[in-house]
Amino acid sequence: MEKRVVFRSSWLPWALIAPQVVVITLFFFWPAAQALVQSLQQSDAFGTSVEWVGFENFVNLWNDATYLASFYTTAVFSVSVAVVGLTLSLLLAVFADRVVKGALAYRTLLIWPYAVAPAVAGVLWLFMFAPSVGVVSYTLRKLGFEWNHLLNGNHAMTLVVMAAVWKQISYNFLFFLAGLQSIPKSLIEAAAIDGARPWRRFWTIVFPMLSPTTFFLLVINIVYAFFDTFAIIDSATQGGPGKDTVILVYKVYYDGFKAMDLGGSAAQSVILMVIVVALTVIQFRFVEKKVNY
Amino acid sequence: MVERRPLLTAFTHLVLILGVIVVAFPLYLTFVASTQTSQAIVQTPMPLLPGDQLVENYTAALTGTGGGAGAKTPVGRMMVVSLISALIISLGKIAISLLSAFAIVYFRFPYRMFFFWMIFITLMLPVEVRIGPTYKVVADLGMLDTYAGLTIPLIASATATFLFRQFFLTVPEELLEAARMDGAGPIRFFKDVLLPLSATSIAALFVIQFIYGWNQYLWPLLVTTNENMYPVVIGIKRMISGGDSEMQWNIVMATAMLAMVPPALVVILMQKWFVKGLVDTEK
Amino acid sequence: MASISLKNVVKRYGNGKSVNQVIHGLSAEIGDGEFVVVVGPSGCGKSTLLRMVAGLEEISEGQIIIGNRVVNDLEPSERDIAMVFQNYALYPHMSVFDNMAYGLKIAKVPAAEIRARVDKAAAILQLGQFLERKPRQLSGGQRQRVAMGRAIVRQPQVFLFDEPLSNLDAKLRAHTRLEIQKLHRELGITSLFVTHDQVEAMTLAQRMIVMNDGVMEQFGTPEEVYARPATTFVATFIGSPPMNLLKNAPGADAGTIVGIRPEHLDITADGWALVVDAIETLGAERLVYGRWAHGSGDELMTIRCEENVPVPTLGSTIHVTPRADRLHYFDAATGKRK
Repeated sequence: MEKRVVFRSSWLPWALIAPQVVVITLFFFWPAAQALVQSLQQSDAFGTSVEWVGFENFVNLWNDATYLASFYTTAVFSVSVAVVGLTLSLLLAVFADRVVKGALAYRTLLIWPYAVAPAVAGVLWLFMFAPSVGVVSYTLRKLGFEWNHLLNGNHAMTLVVMAAVWKQISYNFLFFLAGLQSIPKSLIEAAAIDGARPWRRFWTIVFPMLSPTTFFLLVINIVYAFFDTFAIIDSATQGGPGKDTVILVYKVYYDGFKAMDLGGSAAQSVILMVIVVALTVIQFRFVEKKVNY
Repeated sequence: MVERRPLLTAFTHLVLILGVIVVAFPLYLTFVASTQTSQAIVQTPMPLLPGDQLVENYTAALTGTGGGAGAKTPVGRMMVVSLISALIISLGKIAISLLSAFAIVYFRFPYRMFFFWMIFITLMLPVEVRIGPTYKVVADLGMLDTYAGLTIPLIASATATFLFRQFFLTVPEELLEAARMDGAGPIRFFKDVLLPLSATSIAALFVIQFIYGWNQYLWPLLVTTNENMYPVVIGIKRMISGGDSEMQWNIVMATAMLAMVPPALVVILMQKWFVKGLVDTEK
Repeated sequence: MASISLKNVVKRYGNGKSVNQVIHGLSAEIGDGEFVVVVGPSGCGKSTLLRMVAGLEEISEGQIIIGNRVVNDLEPSERDIAMVFQNYALYPHMSVFDNMAYGLKIAKVPAAEIRARVDKAAAILQLGQFLERKPRQLSGGQRQRVAMGRAIVRQPQVFLFDEPLSNLDAKLRAHTRLEIQKLHRELGITSLFVTHDQVEAMTLAQRMIVMNDGVMEQFGTPEEVYARPATTFVATFIGSPPMNLLKNAPGADAGTIVGIRPEHLDITADGWALVVDAIETLGAERLVYGRWAHGSGDELMTIRCEENVPVPTLGSTIHVTPRADRLHYFDAATGKRK
């Protein structure tokens, strides 16, 4: 929809839009272009010599076992975060939607993890599971389960997944709750009159009606797991043990700033950009469909 | 609820209370740890009830007198850095987004759609995927270890612009016509009509962006090397990089509490706008 | 006060191949202090016409003159006009007082005078006790009055009304019609009032412009428009139920359409023979729908009867006679009155 009546001025709109355009040009388009250029270059660790290498950086990545492993790690990580996070928050939202009294209190108590910084979330969970002092790892040991995420890659992955899910649960919860509340009451009542009991009503009426929300959250959660969880991983495991929790973003950072492989890091950035753009396109295709529906 | 099922209602509350406990347990534990001596924490199992060191630990953290590996910088200073950065990011984003959304919705000018798409594309790429080159730009501009370097690159995103654009499109056209009848020019209309009407959206966006700014991690990690410019989130990370056993967990946890309180307060106190804003922004 | 003259006004949208012309060279002279209603079905261009006078739409061709100024290139606020919008367009965050005062404040009218003018308008519209309220705290009718108040305080040369009653319920609409008439009597300001409702048009207008498809079909007093409709469109658009148009009336020339209003047909002992298809009882009167079968096809006719006329039975044949002086003749090809 466009406005019918608009203001006329030859200079004002330019002046209004200028600050944003300057900022995004300087800190967005220029760096993105640089990433593209660098991904086709090779420079030594001191940045004294630069040469064009074409797609060599990409070829190297393709042949780099640790990069492919990082893809695998990212896939495991993001699918786990999305599936576990969505399931738990849907469960909570469905029950919160049933509550008449105290709904606001529950909501308040469930939304605050949204405010917690991912890095802090990582530290909190690290503290609970620290092999020497952690309360949970102690309890597990008492129960006969030896927890050590410093040595066991699966434990480390579980730890970062839990921290990431915990941090994201409030976001998912709010969207599911909003989705549930927008389902017309009359539909549920009609199903009840048709004799459907709560469990059946959920699977035949509520869940299908929620599918747009669920799909939207799925994409958002995958993007979240791809990018926003850097801080959780860096504070909880630093990618360890070994490289068992090195996700793609972590590797971009590590290769670019620790290993000083600018070309390789830039090539990884470009691949990440392609992934995000693909995810965004999927999401927009879907949103369009939803509008028609 | 459609029918009365007392058992189901009881079960509902049970599930929710369990959920709340699981969600809140890390916070509770953090609080408990922040009130203990560091010796009490290392002896397993650590006490599960608050201790008596609350004032001591928080004073130590805030003033940076706690000792230990990385706890030299006062957390008080870090919180000031976090607060200033979060405010610049949230207010800066809101300001430039309001202006550009106003231009895009209420004016017709050459290349309007070009700019629209230019801003739109930035929606897709988070700062994480272009950190290297962005870092270089900031370094070349001499903005390392400055508030400008900490904040301006994070302002370069379009979420807020799109929220405002969506909102402006829902403002009835007749209001603009009435304002023109009344002789209001663009600036006047923006100030007297559009801005007051956007108050709720602005509040919602403020909450979301304040938290976004406060919780930044990767970016400050790169552009700050001077301890005086560490935001509190980075401060915590520096404290725990010392190693498992020699860490002053009580001070770290007090710092973690301090890092969580301001954004949590913002979310809880502004819950109404936050929830509305969050759901509206993304849909 | 001022007159309005529209000189060959054209409005078209788009350019190049996709030109869409919505007003085709309309000319009219509206006298100083006159109350003119523009009426027509939706999409006929009546709102566009009003918005061109207001300055909210550009004029593609022709001239609009208010008073003795050509206003084509003037901003709305420079045209010395005020407008009442269909949805009232009140600023939701301002009080009633501020809503009315906003234009005056921009025009830098001294505060004391703003106060005086708003108070006076509020007194006329009985809004005095609501001045500090926000629009959302008012009923629909009160909001409508605030919208009128905002127009009044500006003391303009011309009032423009864009379907201002369409959001009110039937009872309030009738009441507000009377108020608008009274207001016009008191202030005597030239008014242009757009509506799609013919009852509103008939009751409010001193003269009315009937529009269809971007063309002015007729410009005259309500009596003229009713008694001597200029085209078949006007004949069917004004009057309810609409005029019967007979393509094959006995005695008429070929190529002539004969029109007769339902209220000008009498049931008589002989005359045109109709089969009764349906009857609607409206209380004071009754509508009889009849089918007249003759050589070249059926003609459908509506007859409006007083309640004292005996009710015909469905399916029976009745005879009707038109009142001779109430017959209208139109050219079948052009639709124009002969």
